[in-house]
Amino acid sequence: METFLANLFNGLSWGMLLFLISIGLTIIFGVMGVLNFAHGSLFMLGAYLCMQFVRWTGSFWTGLLLGPPLVAALAVAIERFFLRPLYGRDVSLQLLLTFGLMLFLDDGVRLIWGAAYHVVQPPDALSGSVAIFSQSYPLYRLFLVVLGPLAGLALWAFFTFTLWGKLLRAAAMDRQMAEIVGVRVPVLFTAVFAFGAWLAAVGGALAAPHQSVGPAMGERIIIESFIVVVIGGMGSFPGAFVGALILGLLNSFGTTFFPQVQMALPYILLAGILLTRPRGLFGAES
Amino acid sequence: MKPRAGTLFAAAAPAAFLLAAPFFLSTYWVMILTEILTMSLFAMSFNLLFGYTGLLSFGQAGIFGAGGYFAVLSLIHGPSSLWAAFAAALLGSAFLSMIIGWFCVRRDEIYFAILTLGFGMMLFTVAHNWRSLTGGSDGLGGFTLPPLDLLFWRGSLADPRHFYFLVLGVVFLGALLLYRMVHSPFGLLLRSIRENTQRLSFVGADVRAVRLCAFVVAGTLAGLAGVLFALFNRIASPEMLHWSFSGKAVLMTILGGSGVLFGPAVGAAIFYVLEHVITAHTTNWMVFLGAILVVLVLAFPRGVLGSLLHLAARRRGRPRP
Amino acid sequence: MSAPIILKVEAVSRSFGKFQALQGVSLEIPRGRLCALIGPNGAGKTTFYNVISGRYRPSRGRVFFEGRDITGLPPHKLVKLGLLRSFQITNIFPALTVLENVLAPLAVMHGMSFSFWRSLSSQKHLVEEAMAILERLGLAGQSHREVSTLAYGDKRLIEIAIVLACRPRLVLLDEPTAGMNPEETERMIRLIHELAARSEITFFVTEHDMKVVFSVAQTIFVLNQGSLLAQGTPEEIRANPAVRQAYLGGSLDAERA
Repeated sequence: METFLANLFNGLSWGMLLFLISIGLTIIFGVMGVLNFAHGSLFMLGAYLCMQFVRWTGSFWTGLLLGPPLVAALAVAIERFFLRPLYGRDVSLQLLLTFGLMLFLDDGVRLIWGAAYHVVQPPDALSGSVAIFSQSYPLYRLFLVVLGPLAGLALWAFFTFTLWGKLLRAAAMDRQMAEIVGVRVPVLFTAVFAFGAWLAAVGGALAAPHQSVGPAMGERIIIESFIVVVIGGMGSFPGAFVGALILGLLNSFGTTFFPQVQMALPYILLAGILLTRPRGLFGAES
Repeated sequence: MKPRAGTLFAAAAPAAFLLAAPFFLSTYWVMILTEILTMSLFAMSFNLLFGYTGLLSFGQAGIFGAGGYFAVLSLIHGPSSLWAAFAAALLGSAFLSMIIGWFCVRRDEIYFAILTLGFGMMLFTVAHNWRSLTGGSDGLGGFTLPPLDLLFWRGSLADPRHFYFLVLGVVFLGALLLYRMVHSPFGLLLRSIRENTQRLSFVGADVRAVRLCAFVVAGTLAGLAGVLFALFNRIASPEMLHWSFSGKAVLMTILGGSGVLFGPAVGAAIFYVLEHVITAHTTNWMVFLGAILVVLVLAFPRGVLGSLLHLAARRRGRPRP
Repeated sequence: MSAPIILKVEAVSRSFGKFQALQGVSLEIPRGRLCALIGPNGAGKTTFYNVISGRYRPSRGRVFFEGRDITGLPPHKLVKLGLLRSFQITNIFPALTVLENVLAPLAVMHGMSFSFWRSLSSQKHLVEEAMAILERLGLAGQSHREVSTLAYGDKRLIEIAIVLACRPRLVLLDEPTAGMNPEETERMIRLIHELAARSEITFFVTEHDMKVVFSVAQTIFVLNQGSLLAQGTPEEIRANPAVRQAYLGGSLDAERA
């Protein structure tokens, strides 16, 4: 029971972070047709900025609040100056461009903050641990587990009830249609890219006290979130949620029960789903 | 179609340089050149899929690394023969790419890229976790380098110059195969697939089979490059199979130019020279590489060699054939 | 009526969900006769083409090509049998040269898909065959140009060249003059006439442009709301009141004047 619960919480908290980054990845792909290799780097940047704000102000919440908008601003610049010239060109060019940005950002972070790993303390209110079934768990991890569904709910409400959310969803499903009903596509693209980046950075900031902050954290999460959006279905919101949960749990339970093959499990799952359901679990059949 | 004097010179000069280089370069630079040649073969094999067939593979390193492991395993557990090691690696990587390719060529574009990445990482996991066979994250080394045994001549591969000529010979054969291939009817079909897959299948071509064929050739050549890489470094290590190693092939290809057969080779040379120049000043050379890649994609998608050839063709006032 | 039937369509229906795109269409095309299919927008022309060319399976009914049942065969099998289609939107190989656009299908036809060692330019018979096709279409002078740099009308000719390279016996031409200027249209009409007269190929054309249809076709089929409304010579079709009704009288009268 104890190991089960521990695995469950570990899996859910990691899955929740994966969800935050995957949702951005999947909207960006759905609306813009761009698979953003640098998305993990934006996540990482969120973590580093949060750490920096903690150093300056001593408050985690300041970092969570102020870091992500900065990352979103950077994303606006990336979209306007780098991605925009490539729309309508070969898809691989966009992939390669974001791959170049990833190398640049990952190593740039190393240049500024060094190659070492950093630790960010959770905020006082969430530090320490609680006992469940005579087993103690870090409070912060439970906080993430609770936050996951809440964030999912908030995003769902955003996409269902707000005008911008509806537009995004419509555009993710059918770009031409959105154009016809009068959405200004260039503005929409910038907004989508910035919003996705903001979500990734929020994920990064939340991840900072959960894992150590280091230059490799982007590279790790980007591949896993690729897998999430592909198995969930590119452009699908429920897909991103379910995919993130599956991958998070696969990670924690896999490590406990199949340590030998755990690393390969996500890839086996990916190949299996892509070959049997090419559009993913929740993707629209073409 | 007579070759022009300029074209002949452009082909003969690099060949002459590569043949003569070991006689006037220092051992250090001979070894750099060996690495460049090895990576050229790897990147050119990648480019058969990317530049010619329009398939972006992020799993090429998986087969490259597997080739290295096959060779080292053959040297450790089998006869101490270079040719046996090559044979094991060629058969092994051809077989692997047939299985992986059979799945991957069914998908296009991004799905192909992700699927190849997935299969490549499965191979990485095998190399990383099957400690008893592969030595795990430490890699697999500790073998004795067999002598280079040609029918008329025997030499030690411990001599960097002998090793260089072995690599030069193997890369030459690989490049020759690729050269014939891209100028053959098969090569034309690859480019037609890149341009318009659906149209080609509507004229009756078995697109999947053609793609699979390209995938197997590319995989086998990547495996061959992997043998050279592992023997050169005296070790086969899991990093060779990691997707970021595939990223190197991608970078070299974009640097040199994906539309030209020898573009990736030029890219590999630029890559290594840049690495040496930049790492002399800073360890963060990926920042520069990333920035260069961004600029190339935006401003010179043809790459260095591709842009040069394009310029030369424009000067001559006729489109490049 | 002595010419053998090259294409026979028997009571073909096709529906998408509740929508009946085609309902029991039957027609026969004699070998060597230039036939055309017309109909107002949404009449089911495209669906009908897609059914014959193997893209869609009919919900009911059968299709015979040279007496052989080809219902539901995929496009690449039909190509091998000699039934080809051209595409309405230009569907060619943009970054290849004019010559290569023709050589690619020829290589497939000659079973050279996997010939990887011999150089392409050494295959004299292939190149000659390709040049002969280009000659016929008046493109031989541009054989080494990249097709993406050609004028629109020439790109449409490349489409035809690719089709001819597959040695077809029946060609479905889907709006061959769509988007062309009057001059290019004129040239295309002349070309279709010439090819129909001087080769063994039977053409079956759909067209929007009534002028083209009436100047090209020997037999016209009219499709309306998924069923065959009428068939006959251009004169008969012009005089058919039901057809005029379907077109609201507009374009046919304009054509006559």
